[in-house]
Amino acid sequence: MSSRPAPQIGFSFEYLMWIFTRISGLVMYLLAFVGLVMAFWMGAHQQVDIGALARWTFFPNPNHVTNTNIPDVTLGWSNAWWQVMEMLIFLFAVTHGMNGVRVIYEDYIGNTWGRALGRGIIFLLWIFLLIVGIYVILAS
Amino acid sequence: MALKRNVGLKGIKYRGGGPMLAWALHRISGLAIVLFVGLHVISSFFMQQLGSDIATALNTVYESIYFQFIVIFIVLFHALNGLRVIILDLWPQLIKFQREATWLQWLIFIPTYGMTVTIMILNQLQGG
Ligand code: HEM
Repeated sequence: MSSRPAPQIGFSFEYLMWIFTRISGLVMYLLAFVGLVMAFWMGAHQQVDIGALARWTFFPNPNHVTNTNIPDVTLGWSNAWWQVMEMLIFLFAVTHGMNGVRVIYEDYIGNTWGRALGRGIIFLLWIFLLIVGIYVILAS
Repeated sequence: MALKRNVGLKGIKYRGGGPMLAWALHRISGLAIVLFVGLHVISSFFMQQLGSDIATALNTVYESIYFQFIVIFIVLFHALNGLRVIILDLWPQLIKFQREATWLQWLIFIPTYGMTVTIMILNQLQGG
């Protein structure tokens, strides 16, 4: 059940984020599915244990499958395609998560100043995490 | 004068049922994933760029099998419960099957989680 009533349909921040939360949930399922299927296609059944497979499915970074029986991760498991996949997953997950933090925060903090401050801090955290994460993706 | 108020423990009895438990767990799991992912991203940065000791310490925690049991529980629950929320929001006429949907969700969760954990324990016992 929704934590708060669904916002009125219309062009408002609250409604756009409500829709975004649902769409990004579905998109994360889709991206995870692609990662999982392609992992099996590349031989995960013989080469990757279940823990590493779960990590890879959630976030297809070559570091997530280095301690497995894959002979050479640079063959298929580490390339620009997966970097784009990682950036997409990361963008959706962090935005979804940080907006979730905002929703929870605003359910408990009612006054205007507290909300403005909270929104500012959460916005900065969001940008900060995006920059650090994308740096790590591009450098790995 | 007799006491007219009903004094007792009834008021604090938990009456929300399955869906409310799911809602509370959804909030907690969402926050936990933000915390987990945030720390993991920052520590990966320090690991990758500086090989820092703090990052190594955090990775040791993350790699422990008990920690992984918790993370898998939290992520799997949030993803399944989120899917239920999305489906019921897209087709509001299904909301009358809310309780059944919550049961179905646990029916999917328990074998999936149980199997994953069992395989992980077996691998651990084999020294894998
Ligand atoms: C397949 C993956 C996921 C799905 C399907 C999903 C689905 C959802 C849905 C539908 C909601 C709205 C709940 C409501 O309105 O009551 C939600 C809230 C939330 N999600 Fe996710 N989510 C996923 C992954 C994530 C990830 C990776 C994070 C963290 C980085 C996250 C953090 C949160 C937070 C903090 C909330 C706010 C909880 C609340 O408002 O009570 N989620 N999720």
